[in-house]
Amino acid sequence: MSSSNNQFRTPLSRARGLGASHHGVAHFIAERVSGLALIPLFIWGAFAGIRLAGADFDAVAAWVAIPLNAVLLSLLFVALLVHLKNAIQLVIEDYVEAFAPKAALVIGNLFVCILAGAVGIVSILKIAFTGAL
Amino acid sequence: MTETSRGLPERPLSPHLQVWRWHITMACSILHRASLFALYIGVLLLAGWALSLASGPDHYACYTGLLGSLLGKLLLFGITVAVFYNVAYIVRQSFWDLGKGFAPKTADATGVAVIAFAIVAAAVTWIIAAATGAL
Repeated sequence: MSSSNNQFRTPLSRARGLGASHHGVAHFIAERVSGLALIPLFIWGAFAGIRLAGADFDAVAAWVAIPLNAVLLSLLFVALLVHLKNAIQLVIEDYVEAFAPKAALVIGNLFVCILAGAVGIVSILKIAFTGAL
Repeated sequence: MTETSRGLPERPLSPHLQVWRWHITMACSILHRASLFALYIGVLLLAGWALSLASGPDHYACYTGLLGSLLGKLLLFGITVAVFYNVAYIVRQSFWDLGKGFAPKTADATGVAVIAFAIVAAAVTWIIAAATGAL
């Protein structure tokens, strides 16, 4: 951006693009809404955990193959990973200042969350659709 | 800051970081961030659990054997505390979003309640699990 170009620009025009990215509200609302979704899913998950902790492979696979359980498990992955992706990104943006490490961590966080979600949901759907091995 | 104080001698910063008194609402905020990292480990463990289940009985037995070890149980208990801490913390935050609960005494009380709920609910969950023979 040369200075000869700059002198024709109004102060407002120069200020534009330097401020907030206007993604803050969506980020905040996504965080709260995914949090609210997690309350019933977490409580259901605790009951499921108690039920499944002592069960053997066949019983657990049969439990996951029940459609309602497969759906709620998948929704737990989605809500939790949306929540965590946003929350951990916020921590990174709070504490990492330099651009390159910040970008690397934000992108790495996104990739890890998507990978975990894909692995989790595909595994659940496989059991739900084909049953245990 | 360098823009606004141009030409003026450098001024001392307020000592707020050194004299900041430890209090419960601050601890809640820090614990919330810590609990998010615990949940991060938890969701990776859950994805690994689903993958091992989809990979067959041998992989599943191996994976649950690792989770069932003493170290695995300690980790899972910590994650259980983080899960219930988040449940209570989200409720607390939702009241804040409605504009309620900001009075210092209320904020302190709900902070204590959130921490207490997390520990008690996690303990009850594990006691029920133990009582039903799941451990």
